[in-house]
Amino acid sequence: MGLTTAARWRLLLVAVLAVLSIVGFMTWNVQSDWAFIIEYRGSRLLAMLLVAVAMGVSTLVFQTLTHSRILTPSLMGFDVLYVLVHALGLAFWARLGLGSMPAVVFVLDVLLMAGIALVLFRLLFGDSVRGLHLLILLGMLGGLLFRELTELALRVLDPTEFSIQSGRSIASFSRINLSLLWVALVLTLGCVTLVFTQRRRLDVLNLGRDVAINLGVSYRRTVTLLLVVASVLVSVSTALVGPMLFFGLLATNLAYWISGTHQHSWTLVTTVLVAVVCLVGGQLLVEQILQSRLPFVMLLELCGGVLFILLLLRGVRE
Amino acid sequence: MIEAKTLSKRYNERLVVQDVSLQIPRGGVTAIIGPNGAGKSTLLSMISRLTPMSAGSVEIDGMDVTRTPGPELAKRLSILRQHNQTSLRLSVRDLVAFGRFPHSGGRLTAEDQHHIDEALDYLSLNEFQDRHLDELSGGQRQRAYVAMVMCQDTDYVLLDEPLNNIDMRFAVDMMQLLRRAADEKGKTVVVVLHDINFASCYSDHIIAMRGGKLAWQGTPDEVMRDEILSELYEIPMQVHELNGQRICVYFRMG
Repeated sequence: MGLTTAARWRLLLVAVLAVLSIVGFMTWNVQSDWAFIIEYRGSRLLAMLLVAVAMGVSTLVFQTLTHSRILTPSLMGFDVLYVLVHALGLAFWARLGLGSMPAVVFVLDVLLMAGIALVLFRLLFGDSVRGLHLLILLGMLGGLLFRELTELALRVLDPTEFSIQSGRSIASFSRINLSLLWVALVLTLGCVTLVFTQRRRLDVLNLGRDVAINLGVSYRRTVTLLLVVASVLVSVSTALVGPMLFFGLLATNLAYWISGTHQHSWTLVTTVLVAVVCLVGGQLLVEQILQSRLPFVMLLELCGGVLFILLLLRGVRE
Repeated sequence: MIEAKTLSKRYNERLVVQDVSLQIPRGGVTAIIGPNGAGKSTLLSMISRLTPMSAGSVEIDGMDVTRTPGPELAKRLSILRQHNQTSLRLSVRDLVAFGRFPHSGGRLTAEDQHHIDEALDYLSLNEFQDRHLDELSGGQRQRAYVAMVMCQDTDYVLLDEPLNNIDMRFAVDMMQLLRRAADEKGKTVVVVLHDINFASCYSDHIIAMRGGKLAWQGTPDEVMRDEILSELYEIPMQVHELNGQRICVYFRMG
């Protein structure tokens, strides 16, 4: 296995671009004093790095488990499920007096989310071989359902809670939820370390269920663990910047192309680098260098969306 | 020894395998035959823990397949199913190398490389080893998967219809290879076959299944009989002795 020479050069280029993006983001057009810049831009940068890592890694893991280059946790509604859990939980946590501790609420949300994911997978997997396909179909439906339920929940909550709610819970890129930065950092590092230790098993899982079991991978346990980890990573990303539908898809597919391999020790690293370039580099380019008023996340999602359609069309043709 | 006790598989209300108890001794080639829907593949995948059983148990050398840790079992028993499709761009050598996963966890040692070379050699895949799987013919791809299983180097090798989609030459090659694996390397080979003449010519032991049940078992001489085969497949069949091999003819009777 390993990389071809061309792939090595491409990877090196992406790595250089990632570093340039980060440096550029911190230093471009600095007008006020450095202490402020480092704190202001630094926290924003950290949030974006965490989102890049969380979305990239969770999508990659998910695509390996589902043997698909098109499905992502976002398309299956993981991110809206998190928003729903958060919205429904908020009123409850507030009553327990935890309303003023966003980090604690966040951890509780993530635990709840992981728990729900775990129960759903256990129920759906059963002992059936077709479990995963069923899961995908239900996930697509679930995505829609969660979206509608979230809408409903937000309307049903009483007005004061709603205003707290909409002001605080649905983060976006222009309103990054910085209060959760440190918890998010710990969770992301934990999850990514875990995924990285499983990278060789992921390679085997890529060959399909039967081959993986033949080669001694405890299929059900490993898949459940990895799906739960993916759901935690999606929660982290959604809590920081809100739902993003196509970003993960963009990052993994670019990474498959750049690395030209399916070996996870390479694709994991490549996906993260690509995600950083897209997110941090894209932000720098559109908002700082080009001084454009266009919301850059929209552009990113547009690229991802176009890629999604292209992949679908190619899938249809094959 | 592989020992199955009162093994059953039920999908909803339908019993696909019903109360099968059998023993497959160590060494030699055992063929599982029977008409479509007899439960051959289901039996094989329950023995190899790919499909959970509804009732009964399977032991491999005394180890219960549902309770023995995956990696432990993967060093003793390998299974290859019929439909091996992957969209991954893997070279033949990469695929074969996966056979070493139970032994080295994906970090290949010099000894692993030796096993990989040997398996490639064994299946005459040397010249194809750097080709990608999607560039191969169906037969070559099938051999690449068999090489992976051989590379796994287990005492028990289970194969579900390995002769599917390959021409006569490769079918004969494949059966000779399985025979050699049993004779020279002392492996226990269990193989589901549709062509009963291959079963007759290459196996030591035949297990015949029908309607989810064990119908007959024995040596090829015992099972390759007109009345048994005619009843098993529900068509007139005649067994002839040609060059010391029992060959069944059924293509156009009467």
